[in-house]
Amino acid sequence: MTESELEVIRARQRARARIMALLLGAFAVLMFFITIAKTSENW
Amino acid sequence: MPAVELPRQPAIPADWRDILALTKPRVMSLVVFTALCGLLAAPVMPPLALGFTAILCIALGAGACGALNQWYEADIDSKMRRTAKRPLPDGRMDREVALHFGVGLSVFSVLLMGVATNWLAAALLTISILFYVTIYTIWLKPRTAQNIVIGGAAGAFPPLIGWVAATGHMALLPWLLFLIIFLWTPPHFWALSLFVRSDYANAGIPMLPVVAGPQPTRRQVFLYSLPMAAAAIAPWPLGLTGSIYGVAVSALSLVFVALSVPVLLNRATEPSAMAPEKRLFAFSVVYLFALFAALVADRWIA
Repeated sequence: MTESELEVIRARQRARARIMALLLGAFAVLMFFITIAKTSENW
Repeated sequence: MPAVELPRQPAIPADWRDILALTKPRVMSLVVFTALCGLLAAPVMPPLALGFTAILCIALGAGACGALNQWYEADIDSKMRRTAKRPLPDGRMDREVALHFGVGLSVFSVLLMGVATNWLAAALLTISILFYVTIYTIWLKPRTAQNIVIGGAAGAFPPLIGWVAATGHMALLPWLLFLIIFLWTPPHFWALSLFVRSDYANAGIPMLPVVAGPQPTRRQVFLYSLPMAAAAIAPWPLGLTGSIYGVAVSALSLVFVALSVPVLLNRATEPSAMAPEKRLFAFSVVYLFALFAALVADRWIA
């Protein structure tokens, strides 16, 4: 594997890791609001 | 299905944009819109967080369907001009990634729907995903010209799921919304498949224009537009909607049927001479958006 290919792999891994972190953060926030809605409004 | 050797590049991880493209975001927009309208037309409103989650789950379920569809049809997509540049046929992604992504997203969307709203909505979401992937994509699409008639049911679920997510039970109106999309699908897809007929023929997909020819397809487009219009107007005389919906949808349906007449009369075989088909296809998208917008306007304004 060439150096440029390794660079592409690393760049893609970084981008995917960033997006996964954002999605997990968003999911935690969503679960918080779901819990609040289900407990406070007895839905 | 004939096996075609697809280019593979498993060593390089897929770009996130290609993973996003697996979900067919443009198709998802109509799914999200009809689901949202089904939810907003319901007699009770869930808390904002739960309503948002319900729509999110339906969108994720639709995205999962898109990914699983592209996983299964990668070799067919490689033969069609319209789809040859998708991530799998273009060799930008390993096929297994699409499978794992699609299955994972399906399970996640169903579980989240069940936890956030109710398990009836989650069950309907499961049925719609399984119906789209197994009944439509794997079984019907490569085998019969009636593929989109029965397969249209998969795309008809979102407003029903939206309604059930809000209320916890079914009713006549969401089933009529289901019926409207079910009857709308054949003229919509057949209008498209008339002018991209060669693509489907090259890929070996037995769409109606490929199997029966343009004229029987045009007749079916016109014939389906009539019960579709009747189903679309039905909620008004049944007292399920008010006059805002009734007047708007009567006018829209009249235009739909009127646009299907030139399709019926057209004798062209070349896509360049299929202006009536292209016009009807474009209007059919507007029609569904406008119909559901009228439904929500009627519920909230009237």
